[in-house]
Amino acid sequence: MSKILDKKLLSRDVVQMKLLAPEIASERQAGQFIIVQVDSDFSERIPLTIADADAEEGSITIIFQIVGKSTLKLAQKNVGDHVENLLGPLGKPTHIEKAGTVVCVGGGIGVAPLHPIAQAMKKAGNRVITIIGARNKDLLILEDEMRAIADELIVCTDDGSYGRKCLVTEPLREICEKGGVDLAVAIGPAIMMKFCAETTRPFGVLTYASLNTIMVDGTGMCGGCRVTVGNETKFVCVDGPEFDAHLVDFDNMMLRLRSYKPQEQDANHECRLQAAIDELQR
Amino acid sequence: MSYIPADELRKEAESLINEIDFTSLKPKDRLKIPMQEMPAQEPKARAKNIQEVALGYFEEQVKLEAERCLQCKNAPCIKGCPVAIDIPGFIKAAAEGDYQKSVNIIKQSSMLPAICGRVCPQETQCMAECTVGKSLKDLDKSVAIGRIERFVADWERAKGKMSVPEIAPPTGKKVGIVGSGPAGLTAAADVRKAGHEVVLFEAFHKLGGVMIYGIPEFRLPKEILDKEIDNLLSMGVQIKKNFLVGRTRKVKDLIEKDGFDALFIGTGAGLPNFMNIEGENLVGVSSANEFLTRANLMKAYNPDKADTPIFTGKRTAVIGGGNVAMDAARMALRVGAEEVYVIYRRTEKEMPARREEVAHAKEEGIIFNFLSSPVRIIGDETGKVKAVECLRYELGEPDDSGRRKPVAVKGSEFILEMDSVIMALGNSSNPLISQTAPEIGINRWGNITVDEDGKTSMERVYAGGDIVLGAATVILAMGEGRRAAASINRLLAEE
Repeated sequence: MSKILDKKLLSRDVVQMKLLAPEIASERQAGQFIIVQVDSDFSERIPLTIADADAEEGSITIIFQIVGKSTLKLAQKNVGDHVENLLGPLGKPTHIEKAGTVVCVGGGIGVAPLHPIAQAMKKAGNRVITIIGARNKDLLILEDEMRAIADELIVCTDDGSYGRKCLVTEPLREICEKGGVDLAVAIGPAIMMKFCAETTRPFGVLTYASLNTIMVDGTGMCGGCRVTVGNETKFVCVDGPEFDAHLVDFDNMMLRLRSYKPQEQDANHECRLQAAIDELQR
Repeated sequence: MSYIPADELRKEAESLINEIDFTSLKPKDRLKIPMQEMPAQEPKARAKNIQEVALGYFEEQVKLEAERCLQCKNAPCIKGCPVAIDIPGFIKAAAEGDYQKSVNIIKQSSMLPAICGRVCPQETQCMAECTVGKSLKDLDKSVAIGRIERFVADWERAKGKMSVPEIAPPTGKKVGIVGSGPAGLTAAADVRKAGHEVVLFEAFHKLGGVMIYGIPEFRLPKEILDKEIDNLLSMGVQIKKNFLVGRTRKVKDLIEKDGFDALFIGTGAGLPNFMNIEGENLVGVSSANEFLTRANLMKAYNPDKADTPIFTGKRTAVIGGGNVAMDAARMALRVGAEEVYVIYRRTEKEMPARREEVAHAKEEGIIFNFLSSPVRIIGDETGKVKAVECLRYELGEPDDSGRRKPVAVKGSEFILEMDSVIMALGNSSNPLISQTAPEIGINRWGNITVDEDGKTSMERVYAGGDIVLGAATVILAMGEGRRAAASINRLLAEE
């Protein structure tokens, strides 16, 4: 049982929640995630990244987008309510070292897991450049938090409603062209991570991507999260979530992410989901 | 084995029981009593529901079956039991109709009789040693020990009051049990009986390990599992669910900072094997663990209520020949597949699955493709499974395991159209403990290595079950739990 301490709508369909979870808060490191299950009987177990934690308060912060029934169920919970099951911290922590200049690229909701990584990279003595992007201004999250960490922050929106009107790969390419980039970390939609990897590849910049595949248990048991990395099958939950982006088969990953789309659409017709999100705004 | 309606089995038993004079049975009379078949749901009906397939003996059948036991002085059956249950003892009590005494005798060795009575591979353990089976030259006709065990356990549960073993006075010592599967639960009970404080850690939100996520409702109803576990925990075991030892807390910290005097690691195998063939990561291919976890633990067989989706293809292939393959195949039928094929590279004779489960699967309409194995999985233009290409095999010379080795027949490729594939090829050891506790030694397969006491290379840390054995069975894991618990109790008594 984990109590909800705080809840905020960051945008129309993105929710930030602070949960009481002292054991996870004290052990978690950058790059790790949790499995959340709203109630034990019929709820789905869903992996969500830990955006922040406060060991003293014993709290962790998660940020998630409402994409289907389970995330909606979680979003409908309020401060003071409980989430029945929370397991974590899961996955290998990000390898943090003093590399020199690190470019952290976050897209959409991917800025949430990127935040603790950028924080740790900065703390380790790196020069941190962050690029954050979203479809439009309303969907942009954690700008102030990222600005507070970064030596340089670039904001992009697809529609130009804020910052530069471009995809995150454009400033990433420019920075790589200038040279002096030692490491890149990209987290966001699979398609964005794929193109970030293609952007840095010609420059030979080591690039990590944190993968968000479908999972059931999160402990290695189900194998549902498997991805092809350098022609080998890896399990995101125990071998990852972070991998060398240049070796990841993103096309297969995108395919697998759509595995249950037909069932999800049945369960959650889009108009119903939209109506529920509208309800949350009130 | 072929299906006989429950009513008929009951009538047969009733008439037989009136014919026999039980006061003066000689061994050769006992050998003449026919083995009692297990009543089961009608195959066509059960293939579409999730309720338990085997219905349990009628009381008349228990009497008859228990009277078949010769009460051998040397009790070879006990040697076949990994937890050394006093089998002749509990069968004698059952034959006398004293079911409470019978179940109490079992509980001296096993706290999970309703579970073991259902899922133990009796035919390769206790029943394989039974004098009755040997005398009749047919081990399938050994005394049906598990069915009697199941009956007395169910009898006690139905009565509503389950007996709890006595617990020694508090010792002030604290023991952590990692994993709530059969090894962990057994170790927890034995350590608790000695008066130590016990904390049971489980990563999932429900207890039972493989018994809850892996074994389907139709073979082991969750209600029975929960009741049996609750009874065990009523001995005063603390539970920490949603706790992944290694990640939520490191093994070392549990010992050094949290004051645990000893730990038992029974985390199971739990990393599904794949074949490393082309197309294995296509949409529609899953491990049996994933498929069964979605179905059992997440209750995806109930789509009206469950949020967790599951593949319900029309044609499903299950690769493998163990109990897990049978469970996955039969579950696939129940969640909507129209045709289910089991693809196994040896013949039926070599299949590791229990004969009873194979027979049940056949009755339900599962199609078996023996002597064949997939070489690649073919996808459609959207990346979903479309077909499985297989190769035929024939049996060659026996290999190290004593089984005849399957040899591929060149040029024998054939294609089976499928829209989902379930890989039931066993599990490797989960790397989590070894990743996070380098102090604990492992072998080259990643299994934790232990000495004859079940102790690992780390002080105060013991291990047992599948994480030590590789994938095995419920009862073997229980045996491991007992052995390690005895060592822990010895260690703590000496201090």
